[in-house]
Amino acid sequence: MKTQNQRAWIFVLPVLLLVAFNALIPMMTVVNYSVQETFGDNLFFWQGLDWFEQILRSDRFHAALGRQFFFTFMILIIEVPLGIAIALAMPKQGPWVPICLVTMALPMLIPWNVVGAMWNIFTLPDIGLLGYFLNHTLGISYDMTQDPVAAWVTIIIMDVWHWTSLVVLLAYAGLVSIPNAYYQAAEIDGASNLAIFRFIQLPKMKTVLTIAVLLRFMDSFNIYTEPFVLTGGGPGNSTTLLSIDLVKIALGQFDLGPAAAMSLIYFAITLFASWLFYTLMTMNDNKS
Amino acid sequence: MAQIKLSNLRHSYSPNPSSDADYALKKIDLTWDNGGAYALLGPSGCGKSTLLNIISGLLVPSEGKILFDDQDVTELPPAKRNIAQVFQFPVIYDTMTVYDNLAFPLRNRGRDEDIVKRRVTSIAEMLEVTEMLSTRAANLSPDNKQKISMGRGLVREDVNVVMFDEPLTVIDPHLKWKLRSKLKELHQRVKATMIYVTHDQTEALTFADQVVVMQDGEVVQIGTPVELFERPAHTFVGHFIGSPGMNVLPCEVQGGGAFFGGEQVDLEGPATGVVDGSAEVGIRPEFVSVSQNGDGVEAHVRKVSDIGRHKVVEAIAHGSRVHAILDGEAPNAGDAVKLEFKQSQTRLYKDGWLASTQAEGV
Repeated sequence: MKTQNQRAWIFVLPVLLLVAFNALIPMMTVVNYSVQETFGDNLFFWQGLDWFEQILRSDRFHAALGRQFFFTFMILIIEVPLGIAIALAMPKQGPWVPICLVTMALPMLIPWNVVGAMWNIFTLPDIGLLGYFLNHTLGISYDMTQDPVAAWVTIIIMDVWHWTSLVVLLAYAGLVSIPNAYYQAAEIDGASNLAIFRFIQLPKMKTVLTIAVLLRFMDSFNIYTEPFVLTGGGPGNSTTLLSIDLVKIALGQFDLGPAAAMSLIYFAITLFASWLFYTLMTMNDNKS
Repeated sequence: MAQIKLSNLRHSYSPNPSSDADYALKKIDLTWDNGGAYALLGPSGCGKSTLLNIISGLLVPSEGKILFDDQDVTELPPAKRNIAQVFQFPVIYDTMTVYDNLAFPLRNRGRDEDIVKRRVTSIAEMLEVTEMLSTRAANLSPDNKQKISMGRGLVREDVNVVMFDEPLTVIDPHLKWKLRSKLKELHQRVKATMIYVTHDQTEALTFADQVVVMQDGEVVQIGTPVELFERPAHTFVGHFIGSPGMNVLPCEVQGGGAFFGGEQVDLEGPATGVVDGSAEVGIRPEFVSVSQNGDGVEAHVRKVSDIGRHKVVEAIAHGSRVHAILDGEAPNAGDAVKLEFKQSQTRLYKDGWLASTQAEGV
């Protein structure tokens, strides 16, 4: 028989209040905005689902969403395999372990806007180390304020530099937790290195990799500060990701209604994609 | 299958061993006969796992050679040695089914699928896991996982030796005896050489035909379970095997006779080459009895424990503790008794090593 104890609610209450004030109530405000029109002076007019329809039909939103998916796709396709590869190459014991770990963690400790500013200066064609080197030493024309391709390459490399470490550290944690007997058994069973990776290392890293993929998906899908500081969405709109576009609509144009509707759509997409990733990656776990 | 010979083996984990203490294995010479069931018994840290890893090729010894049927394999990697090893914790490939797990060593060696199928089916039948073949190995209970690890070792028809490194550590006690008898049965069916490493004397004695007892990187004695029990070559073996272990009592040797607390103890036979001085008398508790006629060594009973079929008496004689295992009547704690040692089972040990020889005709 299950124990019935209503007092449990008292213990849950503080968390409920906290979540309410920090997530539910602000979000309800957004929901409130998303169905109304305002011209200031705290005057609101009922608009129904018009803003949602408008956003979903708008080419501007489609373009930003497309750029966002492309960015996130590139981030995942580069950072996850690269992170695993680096984790595999890292020493498992000895004096180099702390050195590698700290070096790996360093980029993650830098504030996001500083990362954007750093890379901005780094890539300036006239005084930036990388920009000057490419333009004046190698003779490759590179200016991310003019060339969309250069801008894209730069924001992707910047994110890879900033966040691959997260995948590395998580994958590394998964790797070092594999008991030595597994490698010994595989050696005796005559397994190739590829088979060891496929049947021992990858399955043992799976839980942490699921977390890594989810975190990297959510973070890169919601990314704002770094590309905003680096390119400001330009040149033109070429690197205007969803979050940058959203801020433009909300704070630039002060279209609160459409911005609120867009936030909710944005949120729904993030939530749905995260659920999809998680479901797909854990699908086989309970199969017998 | 092969005869395995270890010759002049030494191993040290430090790169520049200077003294004997730096060696995890100190000079091992051993021959394992083809098809034998061996146990490698010793306390934790005695070097038994090191020895096992050297045979399997996971470690290369600092000195000495390993021969499989007179072929030197010292430098060969594990995959080339055709050996199998079962580890303390069951190693299974989580994402594969039981069938694929068992087939893995064969597939890695490029065997035909129909050979794989035949071998896997027969091994699964032997291990009684046939109905689990299509389930995912990750969902099995620990004892079944360990069975699968064993199965991966046995599935290759040409293994030279199957080694078990304390395979029952994580198995529930009530399943241990089941797996243990399964192992014994498997050995009789596949007739492969098997080496079973353990610190548990019961496991070693039930599994093996020959038990190799190790201490501090050295082989102390090799023998059948009966030999180890009856004539321990070293007091360590006497202590380690048996419950409680052999009584080892300090004595003085004078003119070929052993004196324990001033009283002469009759030995099984002459002590060869033992100069006068201090030595030890060894007698199993099973062969100590309470004297009925007033002869024997004076002792005070300190404790009597009833362990079911018999009673274990702990007594103090001349300042030393003596255990006796008695059937039926036993004295009470506090009693003064006289203890008798069965002469044919009373041995003399000098510096730890057996020094008396059995008298002819005893």
